[in-house]
Amino acid sequence: MLAFIVRRAFQALGVLLTVGLIAFSMFRFAGDPVNQIVSIDTPAAEREEVRRSLGLDDPVPIQFARYLARGAKGDFGVSYQFRQPVSDLLAERMPATLELAFCATVFAIVFGILMGVFSGLNRESFMAKVFQTISLIGISLPTFLIGILLIYLFAVTLGWLPSYGRGDTIRIGWWSTGFLTKSGLTALILPSITLGLFQMTLIMRIVRAEMLEVLRTDYIKFARARGLTTRAINFGHALKNTLVPVITIVGLQLGSVIAFSIITETVFQWPGMGLLFVQAVQNVDIPIMAAYLMLVALIFVVINLAVDILYTVVDPRLRSSIRQPA
Amino acid sequence: MTIRTRYLAVSAAVLLAGTALPAMATTLRYANQGDLKSLDPYTLNETTTNAHLGHVYEGLTRRGKDLAVQPGLAEKWEISDDGLTWRFFLRKGVKFHNGNPFTADDVVFSATRVRAPGSNFQTRVPSSAEFVKVDDYTVDVKLKSPNPILNYQWDTWYIMDKEWAEANNTAGPTPAAATTPSYSALNANGTGAFKIESHQPGVKTVFKANPDWWTKPEHNLDEIIFTPINSDATRVAALLSGEVDVIEPVPLQDIARVNGTPNAQVMTGPELRTIFLGFDQTRDELLYSNVKGKNPFKDPKVRQAFFQAIDIETIKSRVMRGLATPSALMIAPELFPFSKDFVRPKYDPEGAKKLLADAGYPNGFEVGMDCPNDRYVNDEAICQAVVGMLARVGVKINLMAQPKAQYFAKVLKSGNYQTSFYLLGWTPGTFDSHNVLFDIEGCRDDAKSSRGESNLGNYCNKKHDELADKILVENDTAKRDQMIKEAFQLTTSEFGYIPLHQQSLAWGVSKKVKLSQRADNSVLLYWARKE
Repeated sequence: MLAFIVRRAFQALGVLLTVGLIAFSMFRFAGDPVNQIVSIDTPAAEREEVRRSLGLDDPVPIQFARYLARGAKGDFGVSYQFRQPVSDLLAERMPATLELAFCATVFAIVFGILMGVFSGLNRESFMAKVFQTISLIGISLPTFLIGILLIYLFAVTLGWLPSYGRGDTIRIGWWSTGFLTKSGLTALILPSITLGLFQMTLIMRIVRAEMLEVLRTDYIKFARARGLTTRAINFGHALKNTLVPVITIVGLQLGSVIAFSIITETVFQWPGMGLLFVQAVQNVDIPIMAAYLMLVALIFVVINLAVDILYTVVDPRLRSSIRQPA
Repeated sequence: MTIRTRYLAVSAAVLLAGTALPAMATTLRYANQGDLKSLDPYTLNETTTNAHLGHVYEGLTRRGKDLAVQPGLAEKWEISDDGLTWRFFLRKGVKFHNGNPFTADDVVFSATRVRAPGSNFQTRVPSSAEFVKVDDYTVDVKLKSPNPILNYQWDTWYIMDKEWAEANNTAGPTPAAATTPSYSALNANGTGAFKIESHQPGVKTVFKANPDWWTKPEHNLDEIIFTPINSDATRVAALLSGEVDVIEPVPLQDIARVNGTPNAQVMTGPELRTIFLGFDQTRDELLYSNVKGKNPFKDPKVRQAFFQAIDIETIKSRVMRGLATPSALMIAPELFPFSKDFVRPKYDPEGAKKLLADAGYPNGFEVGMDCPNDRYVNDEAICQAVVGMLARVGVKINLMAQPKAQYFAKVLKSGNYQTSFYLLGWTPGTFDSHNVLFDIEGCRDDAKSSRGESNLGNYCNKKHDELADKILVENDTAKRDQMIKEAFQLTTSEFGYIPLHQQSLAWGVSKKVKLSQRADNSVLLYWARKE
């Protein structure tokens, strides 16, 4: 097991280096950061001075090597726009993104499973058809459009929920949370729905299909024959067996929820890492872009590793294949 | 009414009164497309940032609602007869937010700091100007050559507290390549109408009214909460739902909708920025054209043909939805009194075709055009309209519209001016014509001088530059304006540029709020009143 984790850690390092290298070779297409730092009437000599002081006049491989050398010491540079260490900025924004991702995932799981079970059990009912329609919308409409529609309905027309931001937050150590205030909680609703809708749809469809599958199996028939209550059969036996693929999906999608929160955060002006990244791209803020991309790569790698380890916990058959290198 | 219900009613009334009290505090919520990144007033010279910091910091001068220069931290100033010494008399009894008194030392200190490496405002104060403290409330500025517009930009050269800056190890401006965050980027200590209560860069900034401000405030606010809202649709939604009171900007397509709602409206007016088209007039062969071996834009006839081919009224009505002021000059009419004497050549596609034929291009030619798509109001749409109009006179334009980050990297000096035909916008930072004559219309040929660095196509006329040099040192306003007019006449007669229009300001304002709109697009809430 330990050897497996060590091996995966080395692979992770390789992934991070590759992401970093690709990112660095792309940055020059993002534009010239110096133009974003100085104003339009800044004399050229001063511009060159800024370029030199930032080390932007060196070739890309040297810039990348320097970035790695500093990164190894935990120094990810200072943002061009904010003039603050990138690690501080990301740490400040991370709670917002993680809380949003958490709420979106909880929303997706709870509603996905409920709607999936319902429409699996009552295939022909009117509500099941409504859920199918909703799931079609969730899969086909782009996130930003859903966000804007929700804003116009619930914030502008009905005036029930805030249209942007996180509301009031409370600081616990370095973590700022929106869970403890009313405005913080109401501010979470629309972005969580927007971000979680796609996963919810996915989960609902999987659960429905699995339910239909499982309900036809012999052991459900036997359970019925034994005279168990419908409730015990549906939720105790059938649902439990549909959950294995759901766990897989949720695990793998968690990384995408964090990474794709970029769009949701932009629409709702949610002060998370995704919004920071989008603004960094617009302003060619290379230190933020680089650190964010590396961080997202790291999150994906860690989640994948965790999912792999979890498999062995859930399914003993996989343990042998991990012990021996494939 | 039983005793019990009466008791309930009374306690409810007490409760209501109790909750009503804190609600009396007047909070104005303001959302802008852009962030307030650093609080250091010398880090980024950009209109929105300068306006934000203008609530906290002040300069020796101020500019009024009509942009006229007014006394600020300096009560008055005198210029010696030779024009080489300016004496500034400072306002007495002014205190910084931390309680320190404002004195001549702070002015001398700020003059050094604003010109230090890493400052984005080095051109605010001439590098050769010497600041001498005469007494605590008098400062002399000694110049090497006369400069009639010395203090034109001093409304945004904000004065910092020497003692505070030195005590917090922030005596130098925060440079772009800083490796540690500077104290002044996150904290502020000005003399202005508002204090910074809290500042989370890119998230939220809270300003509180300064009760000890040296002048009687025109505003009635206790607090300003500023949030950047980047997305257009969300910003408009926040205004319509009443979550914010003021937004800037409102996208053109949303103006009618905002005006159609009962609780908000859009304030519009011409902005100072001039949007114009420029030509590469310096290369012997254009970078992006099918004309080989020569540069068609060197011929004034071709430039005139382009000018006459553009139907500015259509751009105004179709692309800008009426919210633009067509312009004949490279500077806004508010900034130059003789602007009225200039008129655009008439829209005349037939004449344009004839001019092209005379110049040797009876069948037109092909040329590439560079255009930003996220910098100015409807910039890409303007370029597309231009492409269509020029097609009618036989010129095929290959449009390259790109985000400002890539656009500026390509067309500015750092990108080696890689463009043949481009769209750009310009507001003279000094609000004075000399800035346009020097930066946009000046010849680029002297590598040591910064003249013409934003003259991307290198329009060049030596006579024009001689005039510009005289204008720089001329103290007599009437003579100076006359010379400016002559210089502009040289450029317009040669069709050096195609000025298009001044775009419109569009601020979304709740009906509860009264604001003054200044043409430089500075949202200044110390003039705001909220019901």
